[in-house]
Amino acid sequence: MAVLLPTTIDETLAALAATPAALVLAGGTDVMVDVNEGRRRPEHVVCLRRVETLRARSVENGTLVLGAATTYTELLEPEIAAVAPAITDAARTVGSPQIRNAGTIGGNLATASPAGDTLPVLLALGASVEIDGPAGRRRIALQDFLVGPKRSALEPGDLMIAVRIPIRRGPQEYLKVGTRNAMVIAVASLALVVDLDARTVGIGLGSVGPTAFLAAAAAEWLTPRLVWADDRVSLPQAADAATFAGLVAAAAQPIDDHRSTARYRTHAIEVMASRALRRAVQFGAPHRAAT
Amino acid sequence: MNAYPLRVNGVEHDVVDAWDGENLLYVLRERLGLPAAKAACEQGECGSCSVMVDGRLVCACLVLASSAIDADIVTPEGIQPSAHGELTPVQDAFVSEGAVQCGFCTPGLVMAVHDLLNREPAPSDLAVREALSGNLCRCTGYGRVLAAVNRAAHAAAAAR
Repeated sequence: MAVLLPTTIDETLAALAATPAALVLAGGTDVMVDVNEGRRRPEHVVCLRRVETLRARSVENGTLVLGAATTYTELLEPEIAAVAPAITDAARTVGSPQIRNAGTIGGNLATASPAGDTLPVLLALGASVEIDGPAGRRRIALQDFLVGPKRSALEPGDLMIAVRIPIRRGPQEYLKVGTRNAMVIAVASLALVVDLDARTVGIGLGSVGPTAFLAAAAAEWLTPRLVWADDRVSLPQAADAATFAGLVAAAAQPIDDHRSTARYRTHAIEVMASRALRRAVQFGAPHRAAT
Repeated sequence: MNAYPLRVNGVEHDVVDAWDGENLLYVLRERLGLPAAKAACEQGECGSCSVMVDGRLVCACLVLASSAIDADIVTPEGIQPSAHGELTPVQDAFVSEGAVQCGFCTPGLVMAVHDLLNREPAPSDLAVREALSGNLCRCTGYGRVLAAVNRAAHAAAAAR
């Protein structure tokens, strides 16, 4: 095994161009489990630990740009929570402090597990992934990046540079079901993001399909039934909440596995959809706007 | 590579004739003779191999050792105030509260508590529970451990 430790993005791309089959190592929290158990024996490893620019975080014209090697612990910072609170909520549910100190948002995306904790949130926020590689620098919408279970749109020689997240004003909810509050892989998870300016709702689901995915039909059904004000959104017909939750659950395609059953997952998603909506949206007639 | 350097507890070591795919826990224990970090799950679940790498608490089993060649690594051996068997205030609190049964999880717990109290000298009970959520004890439960953290925090406050 040859381990390369580049220090810049250009060096990393050059290393990957020379050995396109190389394993890209970020936080190691997924990859090293496979190496330890002998499931992976990469000949070449390109380690991102020294590439400081991959940990850069900035806000550009209403977009939060997170370097791909941003750790979950870094996602807990108040500056992130202020502009994308659901990302912070999801990051806090990942593993333990030890895992959050090592694992990265780029690793979560590249692993592309249907249970990846940040994926439903990033989908609901409308995030995109910035990639560089043999095909050049490009951006891919996250729903197109997640092409299958543990399969992403990354091609050999590609490097994920950053995750681009539109900053949205309005309530954001993240809910996750598991057997503990820590060290748990989601049995089911859901993110709901309201954008008071665009007057849209995004709903991302995790662990209830081959990939994390958007419950787009449920969001489209809900949006015209909402009454929008500058600082809040209401659902006049409270009974619509149950229909909405049913539509979200209908979008789920869960399976039975060692963590849970399809039946329970569908139930959990329906409850979470209802709960997230109740937290984000005022039920009943909208209050008169304050004058 | 046939050899690579690792800086552990301030001492430079050469790791010689090792497979580059070895995790840091294995290298610490089997190649450098530092057995305090414990090997149990080797998948980041149990926290018994907790060490500091560049000031961050991580599971040594998930660190590719050959990628950590310029990092500052601190193991449970490295937190001792001296080589003469003195205990840190955290270790002392673990002893006083009887927060040890078989002792296997203790080095990892001690590392996690050191990390917590360095960041947050007077943590709430919930902050303590969250900070220790990645360290599993299969003997006693966590009551005495939580009492030990409380004792260490109070001892540190009294000393200030």
